[in-house]
Amino acid sequence: MSFFELFQQSLPAFLKGMGVTLQMTFFALLIAIVLGMFVCLLRISNFKILNIIASIYVDIIRGTPLLAQAFFLYFGLTAALGFQISNKNAGIIVLALNAGAYLSEIFRSGINAVNKGQMEAARSLGLTYAKAMSKVILPQAIRIVIPSVMNQFIITLKDTTIISVIGAQELMKAANIIAARTYRSFDVYAMIAILYFIVIFTLTKISEYIERRLSNGKGKR
Amino acid sequence: MEKVNVKNLHKYFDKLEVLKGIDLIIEEGEVVCLIGPSGSGKSTFLRCLNQLEETTLGEVIIDGQSLTNKNNNINKLRETIGMVFQQFNLFPHLTAAENIMLAPIQLKRMTKQEAARRAKELLEMVGLSEKYDEYPANLSGGQQQRVAIARALAMNPDIMLFDEPTSALDPEMVGEVLNVMKKLAKDGMTMVVVTHEMGFAREVADRVIFMDEGVIVEQGKPDQVFGNPQNERTQNFLNMVL
Repeated sequence: MSFFELFQQSLPAFLKGMGVTLQMTFFALLIAIVLGMFVCLLRISNFKILNIIASIYVDIIRGTPLLAQAFFLYFGLTAALGFQISNKNAGIIVLALNAGAYLSEIFRSGINAVNKGQMEAARSLGLTYAKAMSKVILPQAIRIVIPSVMNQFIITLKDTTIISVIGAQELMKAANIIAARTYRSFDVYAMIAILYFIVIFTLTKISEYIERRLSNGKGKR
Repeated sequence: MEKVNVKNLHKYFDKLEVLKGIDLIIEEGEVVCLIGPSGSGKSTFLRCLNQLEETTLGEVIIDGQSLTNKNNNINKLRETIGMVFQQFNLFPHLTAAENIMLAPIQLKRMTKQEAARRAKELLEMVGLSEKYDEYPANLSGGQQQRVAIARALAMNPDIMLFDEPTSALDPEMVGEVLNVMKKLAKDGMTMVVVTHEMGFAREVADRVIFMDEGVIVEQGKPDQVFGNPQNERTQNFLNMVL
């Protein structure tokens, strides 16, 4: 069987896997953005206890490998607490917890990167802290963090491959199955490498386009 | 009529005492210039007037309302106190007009149309009508500072605080900003100005206050302070800057 015949034959399985990969990435990131913003708010709040809770979470996620987190949640926690969870959902949760921690740090650095004088100017006009944040600081911070956020999106997409170890039927898993069946490891893994590359390259280009749109003329710093 | 009343104001940054008990009454319509060497506490004092810097001890009363009383709504009180910063601090993601319109709209003082009309008026007043739709990045320093003054005026404050408004400007742009400030002073605005522009202080101020090491060392009419300073520290400072 030639490379292309193998590709043709495997394509349905690949596409199905890619669908699961994208689905997991999408839902994980959706949760991660909300989680990241929430943790970021805890982190910059004036309450010491909230700061500590947030930084413990971030430190734990950053300080442990994603693979260990996946095993811990899917096998460890389910066994200890006696509940069942599909491997896809477990994957989404792990990826969301992981990306959420990194995103919270990205958001925080974005807010810190906005000049201190901006908050002072807004407050001096009589705006509340919340209004100053939402109308003055965040619009600027968002622009600053877009490249890093996009980067995290791509990392999370790649991290879905790790979730294959807990059995989620995403692209990596699909490739493992086909490679094991056909003994064509080189060809199969080359194929999915190309597929990953196409998707990620497209995402990168989209993010570059968004960046350009946001910085064009409007409010250059 | 008494506009500002500061009683026994102390400010610490950690253990460092930068304001060591300041008492000051400013009358309505008065233009007060604060001068003094850097590190004398004059900017900190100014920032205590609208509580951007929380005071450690003492009281700040503006229009009979205490800003240091935690029960008062500080945001409401700040609406009537305009502030202009050394670094302009315009909002870079908003146009000149949007900078001016933000607070009146957000604080529900005006509708969008009213705010736009007001922005137009204010930009005209500072001589920048044609910059209505420009972003701050496309304006010179002097223009940015004039927009910043217009922004501070948008809430119709009855007192304006200026924190070294010309210190970050190229020399040829200082004049245009000072002219706007002179116009304000002439219209009867109560103004507190931290400045190194001795010419401006001499010409426009009703009172000049010399601060050093966290206290008011000497104050009086400009002629008096500049022409015949009584305190040795004032004399030394003026000898260096004049």
